[in-house]
Amino acid sequence: MLSESSSFLKGMMLGSIFCALITMLGHIRIGHGDRRHQHKHHHLQAPNKEDILKISQDERMELSKSFRVYCIILVKPKDVSLWAAVRETWTKHCDKAEFFSSENVKVFESINMETDDMWLMMRKAYKYAFDKYRDQYNWFFLARPTMFAIMENLKYFLLKKDPSQPFYLGHTIKSGDLEYVSVEGGIVLSIESMKRLNSLLGIPEKCPEQGGMIWKISEDKQLAVCLKYAGVFAENAEDSEGKDVFNTKSVGLFIKEAMSNHPNLVVEGCCSDMAVTFNGLTPNQMHVMMYGVYRLRAFGHIFHDALVFLPPNGSDN
Amino acid sequence: CSQLFSILLGEQGDTQPDILHNDPHARHADDNGQNHLEGQMNFNADSSQHKDENTDIAENLYQKVKILCWVMTGPQNLEKKAKHVKATWAQRCNKVLFMSSEEDKDFPAVGLKTREGRDQLYWKTIKAFQYVHDHYLEDADWFMKADDDTYVILENLRWLLSKYNPEEPIYFGRRFKPYVKQGYMSGGAGYVLSKEALKRFVDAFKTDKCTHSSSIEDLALGRCMEIINVEAGDSRDTIGKETFHPFVPEHHLIRGYLPRTFWYWNYNYYPPVEGPGCCSDLAVSFHYVDPTTMYELEYLVYHLRPYGYLYRYQPALPENIRKEVSRDYKKEDPKV
Repeated sequence: MLSESSSFLKGMMLGSIFCALITMLGHIRIGHGDRRHQHKHHHLQAPNKEDILKISQDERMELSKSFRVYCIILVKPKDVSLWAAVRETWTKHCDKAEFFSSENVKVFESINMETDDMWLMMRKAYKYAFDKYRDQYNWFFLARPTMFAIMENLKYFLLKKDPSQPFYLGHTIKSGDLEYVSVEGGIVLSIESMKRLNSLLGIPEKCPEQGGMIWKISEDKQLAVCLKYAGVFAENAEDSEGKDVFNTKSVGLFIKEAMSNHPNLVVEGCCSDMAVTFNGLTPNQMHVMMYGVYRLRAFGHIFHDALVFLPPNGSDN
Repeated sequence: CSQLFSILLGEQGDTQPDILHNDPHARHADDNGQNHLEGQMNFNADSSQHKDENTDIAENLYQKVKILCWVMTGPQNLEKKAKHVKATWAQRCNKVLFMSSEEDKDFPAVGLKTREGRDQLYWKTIKAFQYVHDHYLEDADWFMKADDDTYVILENLRWLLSKYNPEEPIYFGRRFKPYVKQGYMSGGAGYVLSKEALKRFVDAFKTDKCTHSSSIEDLALGRCMEIINVEAGDSRDTIGKETFHPFVPEHHLIRGYLPRTFWYWNYNYYPPVEGPGCCSDLAVSFHYVDPTTMYELEYLVYHLRPYGYLYRYQPALPENIRKEVSRDYKKEDPKV
């Protein structure tokens, strides 16, 4: 009797040691990954100010055209008015924009993902986009229908970044060990990241369709987990002053907070001059942003920019 | 939670405000206990975000087209409204004065020694212009009146006025057609008088050409202008879009926002437009702008921009400015 129980105990001890070992090994692997990603990206040098003045308009045009952004907007039937506003405003500045809906809605053109689940919608949209457009676009931007995005500032932000490197950018949040790009600020993936993501989408152990055991994990976290397996890590996008360029709130909300928190420096403390996204907008606010960003300005302020972007054809806003 | 909050705040922005009563001269509802803000406001141009920015033309126009702004306000509104004007666009006037019924040395605000209230507006206007005439006539070429809920883009006003001679009797604003043959300018959207117009206006009261009493400030001023032969100018841009706006951008940009029965549709001197055609890229003013929207407009006009974007509307520089600028930029036509 005694020998049986001691064998049992020995077995238990061996088992738990193995368990601990394997968990530690797992952690070490991920640890390696973190250190690895910090130096992997190639950075293209943007021309400096003097060089900019020497570059001809044609060369600037060529450089500007080298960024090809495909915009993915995930919508549900309830988002119809936002859908309309987004379509009539900022998405005109994407090289291509497509709407992916949970179901078929007669009123608007969209690609039917035939699912209500946000993570499934996201996966299917990324797969669709990659399969169809991998040769035509080098950056993939995913947005919420409540967002306003400025493509020109996105391309300026990407000026130093090589799309054949695995970039995964936006407004990042840390949740325990996981750093992920919040879908509420918009998600940017380079073509390399799209490739790696798509290679894992078919592997349920790495990229399951049902992430959480007990409760649902948000789609942006699931994406991060999946990408992490492929060696793609989230990076927070900031301007030269450290201000976020991908924003999860609207300008109005930032201003209200600034008026309350630092009333002496409201506008300066608010948001980046090169902001790419704002979120939480109503359809009317989208039209106001369109006017405020792409039209309204002060006469006599001139900028010498390295890139040149023409207004889209056949549009009056 | 923050999503809910932002949606809620978003909803607030879309509900129809009380200003949409069917009378153009109905004033703002008296503010009741809205948030007061502590501390002095400061406007500092942040330098590093603007290192690629060239403001030579704007600075040139600042010297060439001198504008004195006076802001109609009152003791109750200095901290609530005028403070935000001071923190934003007022800095860009060549000279700015805040006109109140009582003097406030700290703000500072000029005391016109009138009472407050809607029926006093015209009297305050007359006294304000008189004060400006008596103290600052030679300090500016043009004299602008604005409310403490008007947002003004001074560079665009200078561009508009640069084509005109301040020695001519002319004034500009959002032109309305009823009651006055040549039209009159909306009070809230702001209006600007040439030096000659100001001289004639002040003189008109000394010589009783114009009446002192009226409860409708902008109409009374417009009537007086006609009597003294000051021309009501066309403030639209080179492609016919309005520059002075009696409402915030949203009210003009969204089709159907202002109901068809609203007075506005019958008052506008030129054919009124809603949607993107409503408003010039080089808009001069907006009205009924609350403090939050003041800072939002400030951010949209002077900070946020689409990098490298070639704007559709590329108006020519005024001839005299172009000659000065071409000395510096030999090759390219500066796109503004």
